[in-house]
Amino acid sequence: MNPILVIAKRELGGYFASPVAYVFLVIYLLLAGFFTFMVGGFFERGAATLDSFFVWQPWLYLFLVPAVGMRVWSEERRMGTLELLFTMPVSPWQAIIGKFLAAWAVLALALLLTFPLVFTVNYLGRPDNGVILAGYLGSLLMAGAYLAIACMTSAATRNQVVSFILSVVVCLFLILCGWPPVTNLLVQWANPAVVDAVASFSVMAHFNSISKGVLDSRDLLYFASAIVFCLFATSVVLRTHRG
Amino acid sequence: MIQARNLTKHFGPKVAVDGISFTLEKGEVLGFLGPNGAGKSTTMRMVTGFIPPTSGEISVGGHDIAREPIAARRLLGYLPENAPSYSDMTVTGFLGFAAEMRGLSGDSKKRAIHRVAEMCFLGPVLQQGIDTLSKGYRHRICFAQSIIHDPEILILDEPTDGLDPNQKHEVRSLIRDMGKNKAIIFSTHILEEVEAACSRAIIIDRGRIVANGTPAELKARSPESGALTIHLGGSPGEGAGKKLRALAGVERIATLGENPLRVRLYPAKNTPSADLARAVLQAASAHAWQIEDLRIEEGRLDDVFRSITLPDTTKESRK
Repeated sequence: MNPILVIAKRELGGYFASPVAYVFLVIYLLLAGFFTFMVGGFFERGAATLDSFFVWQPWLYLFLVPAVGMRVWSEERRMGTLELLFTMPVSPWQAIIGKFLAAWAVLALALLLTFPLVFTVNYLGRPDNGVILAGYLGSLLMAGAYLAIACMTSAATRNQVVSFILSVVVCLFLILCGWPPVTNLLVQWANPAVVDAVASFSVMAHFNSISKGVLDSRDLLYFASAIVFCLFATSVVLRTHRG
Repeated sequence: MIQARNLTKHFGPKVAVDGISFTLEKGEVLGFLGPNGAGKSTTMRMVTGFIPPTSGEISVGGHDIAREPIAARRLLGYLPENAPSYSDMTVTGFLGFAAEMRGLSGDSKKRAIHRVAEMCFLGPVLQQGIDTLSKGYRHRICFAQSIIHDPEILILDEPTDGLDPNQKHEVRSLIRDMGKNKAIIFSTHILEEVEAACSRAIIIDRGRIVANGTPAELKARSPESGALTIHLGGSPGEGAGKKLRALAGVERIATLGENPLRVRLYPAKNTPSADLARAVLQAASAHAWQIEDLRIEEGRLDDVFRSITLPDTTKESRK
């Protein structure tokens, strides 16, 4: 078996052997339901869409994804198993991808378990299921990007709390950087090119356009490059710590 | 199997390893000795490729660890210090993971788990979670992991740490047996272990090799080596010690106890210990002494260890 799969399998087993996966799944589903129905006014809208579900995704993930990702590397470093892993015949990037995929699979499972929403909206009306599918794809990609950030901060410290806070801050920055109060703040002292560049890092713009059903290659590229960049940064951080 | 040339490792301004070179062949068991913080673990970590050396080269089974790390690590089994393992897994799960990482699957994986479980006495706990087990078990689990693929080269960082005396004995004999057809490095600060298991030992102090030889050669460097310890029973009389001192070839005498008289004779440089022993026996029959014990000291490894490593560290701490 490929070492990536061996590592991913072990990680997945680890999530389900500990309460991490169950707590995450339950809390995610409870909060998603609460925000969709109670705060988002799913029924009051009178429209056959899942907008009231997707609009909360960036905020739910802001706290829940770093909670899943914070242990990925800091746990290995704290327990000393990093030394075991990196003296086995496996390259660092195989380990990084294997662990990332396992955590991403947990997030994907959580997303998959929101399927009753899709049934409900199809039962009540005639939604555009293409848009819903695009919304799920956008959510999955956004979860992947947040997770890659969490992996990166997790590699930087053996303390899970520090890792959690750091990744929440970075994710929050990605949510807020396209928001007018933030861009207005920047406009006062930075030149427009810098403001545009910062605003283009915003996860919101890219997520919103995907969840509207517009599959623009730029949005897909945004998430893909965020994941690749953060995982690459993870490998650099891990290498520096071993030095 | 292993060649290390001029290894150095700096952590910031601190020099952890300072120009260590050694080679290891198949069939050898090499012991790394040294005080805590001498650079043993750092050296082993560099050999396994976990941390890169600041300078120097390491080749493992003909593969340079920096250029072909995967090929080199395939040949290696490694037990890190403190024997880490994934505590959220069961013993079988963990060993299965280690086996799969080494490319074993299906029947060969099962056989490998069975083999190492037997060698490391893990049979009764195979289905238990690692976090429920004692330190001794965890240690043996990590040891089992290191030999699951029957590697040609084994690197063991304090393999007997945290084990009880019986388990220590088992692990030592395991190392000695495996050493017949593998190349093994292990570190320890228990000196009997070196005598019990090693074919060669290196003493490391503050990043440098200060002694390198077979346990017997190292012991011969002890000041006690070759000295005669004599116990005289009954009442040998007042002058017995002086008479012994006066024998030809005695460099000096140390009194270990009076009544019964126990003394140690240090032979002069060119006097073989056996000749001196004969002279003592002749003197004993001439003076009608009752000899209760007479033996030639082999020298003790911990004396050698202390005489090589301690003086410098005490100097350091006085600064």
